[in-house]
Amino acid sequence: MRLAILSDIHANREAMEACLADVARRGADRIVLLGDLVGYGADPAFVVDRAREMVAAGAIAIMGNHDEAAVGAHGGMNAAAEAAAAWTRGVLDEEARAFLRRLPMEEEEGDILFVHADASDPEDWRYVQEAEDARRSLEGTEARVVVSGHTHVPALFGLTAAAKLVAFRPVADVPVPLTRPRRWQAVLGAVGQPRDGDPSACWGLLDTEAPSLTWHRVPYDIAAAAEKIRAAGLPEVLAQRLFRGR
Amino acid sequence: MARTRLEPGETLDGFLIGEPLHVGGMAALWEASHPDHGFPLLVKIPRISEGEDPAAIVSFEMEQMILPRLSGPHVPRFVAAGGFDRQPYLAMERIPGASLVTRLAALPLPAGEVAAEGARIADALESLHRQHVVHLDVKPSNILAREGGEAVLVDYGLSHHAQLPDLMEEEFRLPYGTAPYMAPEQVMGVRSDPRSDLFALGVLMYFFATGQRPFGDPQRLSGLKRRLWRDPVPPRKLRPDLPLPLQEVILRCLEVLPERRHPSAAQLAFDLRHLDSVALTARAQRMRQDGWAKVVQRRFHPDHRPRFGAEAKPDAAPPAPIVAVAVDLPCDAELGESLRETVWHIMTTLPGARLACLNVLRQARITIDTTLDEAGRNKHVQRLVELQGWAAPLGLPEGRVTHHVLEATGPADAILGFARSNGVDHIVMGARASSVRRRVLGSVSAEVAAEAPCSVTVVRPRTRIE
Repeated sequence: MRLAILSDIHANREAMEACLADVARRGADRIVLLGDLVGYGADPAFVVDRAREMVAAGAIAIMGNHDEAAVGAHGGMNAAAEAAAAWTRGVLDEEARAFLRRLPMEEEEGDILFVHADASDPEDWRYVQEAEDARRSLEGTEARVVVSGHTHVPALFGLTAAAKLVAFRPVADVPVPLTRPRRWQAVLGAVGQPRDGDPSACWGLLDTEAPSLTWHRVPYDIAAAAEKIRAAGLPEVLAQRLFRGR
Repeated sequence: MARTRLEPGETLDGFLIGEPLHVGGMAALWEASHPDHGFPLLVKIPRISEGEDPAAIVSFEMEQMILPRLSGPHVPRFVAAGGFDRQPYLAMERIPGASLVTRLAALPLPAGEVAAEGARIADALESLHRQHVVHLDVKPSNILAREGGEAVLVDYGLSHHAQLPDLMEEEFRLPYGTAPYMAPEQVMGVRSDPRSDLFALGVLMYFFATGQRPFGDPQRLSGLKRRLWRDPVPPRKLRPDLPLPLQEVILRCLEVLPERRHPSAAQLAFDLRHLDSVALTARAQRMRQDGWAKVVQRRFHPDHRPRFGAEAKPDAAPPAPIVAVAVDLPCDAELGESLRETVWHIMTTLPGARLACLNVLRQARITIDTTLDEAGRNKHVQRLVELQGWAAPLGLPEGRVTHHVLEATGPADAILGFARSNGVDHIVMGARASSVRRRVLGSVSAEVAAEAPCSVTVVRPRTRIE
């Protein structure tokens, strides 16, 4: 099965549509939305609407910390993120909020676990950035492969039975085999707010047969997304960083 | 439970297992066949039973990742793989014939054979490096040949792929490789430099030319590290009749710092195919090892110790294309200047690039012994001198430029032939000036551009607007 994984869309309609067009072009059997549908961007209602349609059609959707913040519980966010969360709360209607509230913290598909952040304690929203973060995440679950997002920086970590860990920065459009019996922690980049220095949107294609994972990068209309952020009166830094991919 | 032994006559995933071929430290090889594949096959099974080297598993995992991504005549064709969840195996094309190990009994080989064999292996390395892979275990037993003569590199268990996770790197602190052939940076744990393979090829050529290994066969890490500070006995000391340019090329391969070796396998192959044009340095003349003062300094003085890793990133070596410029002689002054300008831009942008200046000396027909024709030889030499004259204003050092007068009946075929057999990356040539001649004779540049295995830039001086 070919799973198209979109993480950290962050209410960026232009990036989401560009990725979905790329997904359609490359072909996938199922969509996985890996959390943070909203926050930062200016199109939360549109993104949640599309997500609801996709879930109705069989997609998996997972809760992210910004989704949680948009429906109540929040804290530990920086000023810009908090401003965006407050704005988002005002924009979403009750139906959208109910959808976000019901999102599960994790979902398992065969030997693969989908979760927004660190798998050992999903509700703590810890980042998986370094090898040791990946070790903690993998040791906290039975799944052979953990796929997460949250950091907005693509990464891959492999763990052997001998507890040796390999860290790798994925190259765009090159499938990486997720060999057995090694365990893997894969971190997707962001659809809607990349932070690895490449401003193009990132989504992942997981082939469960191979098994392999490809990080795809898609250029999108950044200027349009940034202009909407400004027009909505959201902090300027949220518009600026889309161009830099930082 | 996965097994490490198979029995002739049994089937594995549809592969009919034949005779055992080889049992190595990390894996065992079996002949095999499959009804869907009409060519001889080989099945490889890792040695993963208890007490075996854990590297066997990881290296098998690496080969399973890398082999399916490789293509071309220089690698065995990948057929199928089985994972560790059942019976791990790799099925691939079996290259008939023996490896280069069988040549060891006949060492030393004639210099011409060493150069020809080295060039073929360098071609294979170039193909591999262009596919983002550093082999890291180049040695006679891993080199086979196709019937057409192309070298085939086997065993990717220690290899590094610039676009895939390097499982060997994290798993083992000790360097993995084959002691006599391992490059100094590989000994120090750098696994991402394609020029490590050029070092190994240098060891192989040294061995084939002299019958001796330049660094012996050390069994400990301290012995392996010796090659960082102790230079080998110059091959001409062991074999005084070895041509100077071949010693120059071999010792350049064996340079401790990768940036002092050839910038690419293609450039090494080029040198081995044009030994007469190799720029000779002090390396060529050397007849003894460095004195102890120098060796002690390299070993103990912090400023003289080799440093690696500054460039140790994926696809570490900077681009180093081979550029060929075709020059018509005598050359129209304006066109000659435009050609030079274009070439100058390329050569200054890419410090690793090298330039081959070509001129085609047209033969009305192919005569049997042109070499005996005094007039013909004079013409050839005259052309060579003119070609050097054209290139002189570029101010390229001797090692970066070569000059070739090609004798042929058709200029386009001659240029294309040179580009194909020398791995040329970029052809620069002039457009024929007069449209009348172009109409009558056809455009050479158009033919070259249509057929070339690489980029072609056609240069034409800007026409003046009257």
